[in-house]
Amino acid sequence: MTVVVMRLYIANAAPNSVKAIANLEAICKQHLPGAFKLEIIDVLEFPKRALADGVLVTPHLSKLSPSPAAKIVGNLSDRSNVLHALGIKE
Amino acid sequence: MAHPLPKLPTGIGGFDDLSHGGLPRHRTTLLKGGPGSGKTVFALQCLVNAVRKRREPGIFVAFEESTPQIIANAGSFNWGLPALAKNKLFFLDAKLSPEVVRSGEFDLSGMLAILKAKKDEIGAQWIVFDGVDVLLTLLQNPIAEMREIYRIRDWLADNDVSAAIITAKIDGDGSAILNYGFMQFMVDCVIRFERRLEHGVALHRLEITKYRGSDFVAGEYPVSFGPSGMEVGAPEPAEIRHEASTERVSAGFERLDTMLGGGLFRGSSTLITGVPGTSKTTLAGKFAEAACRRGERTLFVSFDEGAEPIQRNLSSVGIHLKPHVKSGLLRMYSARTESIGAEDHLVKLKSLIREHRPRCMVIDPLSAIAKAGGMEAARAVANRLIYMVKDEKVTVVVTAINQGDDPQNEATELQISTIADTWLHLSYLIRSGERNRALTIIKSRGTWHSNQVRELVLGNTGPVLADVYTAGGEVLMGTLRWEKEGAERAKTLQRRAEFEHKRGELQTAEADTNARIKALQQDLARQRAELAAYSSENQARIVSSSDREAELRRIRSGDLARSSSSGNSGKRSRNGTRDAR
Repeated sequence: MTVVVMRLYIANAAPNSVKAIANLEAICKQHLPGAFKLEIIDVLEFPKRALADGVLVTPHLSKLSPSPAAKIVGNLSDRSNVLHALGIKE
Repeated sequence: MAHPLPKLPTGIGGFDDLSHGGLPRHRTTLLKGGPGSGKTVFALQCLVNAVRKRREPGIFVAFEESTPQIIANAGSFNWGLPALAKNKLFFLDAKLSPEVVRSGEFDLSGMLAILKAKKDEIGAQWIVFDGVDVLLTLLQNPIAEMREIYRIRDWLADNDVSAAIITAKIDGDGSAILNYGFMQFMVDCVIRFERRLEHGVALHRLEITKYRGSDFVAGEYPVSFGPSGMEVGAPEPAEIRHEASTERVSAGFERLDTMLGGGLFRGSSTLITGVPGTSKTTLAGKFAEAACRRGERTLFVSFDEGAEPIQRNLSSVGIHLKPHVKSGLLRMYSARTESIGAEDHLVKLKSLIREHRPRCMVIDPLSAIAKAGGMEAARAVANRLIYMVKDEKVTVVVTAINQGDDPQNEATELQISTIADTWLHLSYLIRSGERNRALTIIKSRGTWHSNQVRELVLGNTGPVLADVYTAGGEVLMGTLRWEKEGAERAKTLQRRAEFEHKRGELQTAEADTNARIKALQQDLARQRAELAAYSSENQARIVSSSDREAELRRIRSGDLARSSSSGNSGKRSRNGTRDAR
């Protein structure tokens, strides 16, 4: 099973960011058990990295591999959208 | 108000006058208006000026266009944007790519953290959020929109930027997007931009609709775009401060100068009106040529006619501009009036004046700018143009075409006649099957000027003003003038002949008299001689007769002569003495 590599950019404890982490964890638990790698980056702490990665609004989820790459903005409350973008079949 | 609100000049021509100093310091300004109304140019120009004039770096957050697009769009301005974008100006591409999937709500806290990092890194003092409406609509939630706007405001307050500019597409009165009402409330200064079409020409306008804590010039003002960016047609200061020179410069040729009491005043404005073909351009060209001959830098602006044909046409009447163009003394600029708005013509002329630094200038015909987007705009531009030229102490001659032969028509159209110092009117007088050009000085401020109508004759050595004859209260021109001149010549000849004749007669008479005087003098001399001769003879006779008496007495031994004269007196004397004793 291929491992999905993702990066989630958050703005510290901003409400949408907190929601995004919870939503993503729930999705991974259900659809990608043990087959994902997630890095969480606090933009407030590493703004230059976020800028280099082309991140503007938060929360921002980047799927790095497998291809195709995908970018999702928002608190990930729309689960079907997220699954579709990540290439996961429900 | 105890302290005037601190402001930051934008460096945008005219705007700092309207806003009494620029944008509010440490506050947020909203630029609203439809697409293509000039919001982005205004915002960008503020940043560019801050960097170039005060070395204050800035950040431009672009929600709508990408950085390369923005830099390319500003390529027509001489800002050197690509170089500035390398260090002093930071462009943040905040445009969400279409591939980005949306899932639930998001916010700007991450972006603001990034901006803070960048701001601290380059020491940015100006920040622009361009097209914030594009981002806000992605939120798809009015409450979220408001929340994010407040987030931006709080961020700006916390981060001590010198000035923040937010631009948003809010059309007209903003009624279309009600949600942005709070945005206008939140900011301290609101500037409305508008682009509209008038007679097929795009006209730009701006208006300050709100300025918290400061007064400003209310009303809508024209915006134009030149090589150095945007310029606002702020109203001229009410007080006119033009120096009045007493120096005279030639209006082109001597007789016209004589009619004007010695020429035009340096730095004055002259209006030449007339219907097509009355040689307005020729007079203006003569003025330009005279200026070049004096060695003065001159600018010749022609609308709707190229510089080459004008040079050719003028050279046919002995006005040669080409050598002066070659020497660089004369700059000729031709423009099509319909292609751009009147405001843009003004900006172009302004930059030409700055470049060429002319002392004399011709605009031929100024009335053509009326074609560039409406009468109202043209009128304002014509006025400002003349004031601007006078501010630069340039002696200017403008021409204006008027329909019909009534000069008053022109006056009602562009209304430049009221601000022009001198007004020459050219017209055709048609009589006896001829069209003749007539020149009248309608006004000339501060100087004596001829009140006579003159005939303007074009020869191959330039325009000439011919003497006019008034006959029966009418000015004679063309053939009638020629005939009159002929008659005058004949009369003069006749008078001269008569005079010669009379002089001859008088000379003869004088000679005659002289001769008679001589003869009489001779007579006199002879008579005197005769008289003298007669007198001496007579004397001789008297002497000889007395001698003879003496001889006779001697012969008669008598003392007759003595007894007859002194004998009586002796007797009386004796008697007298005897009486006294």
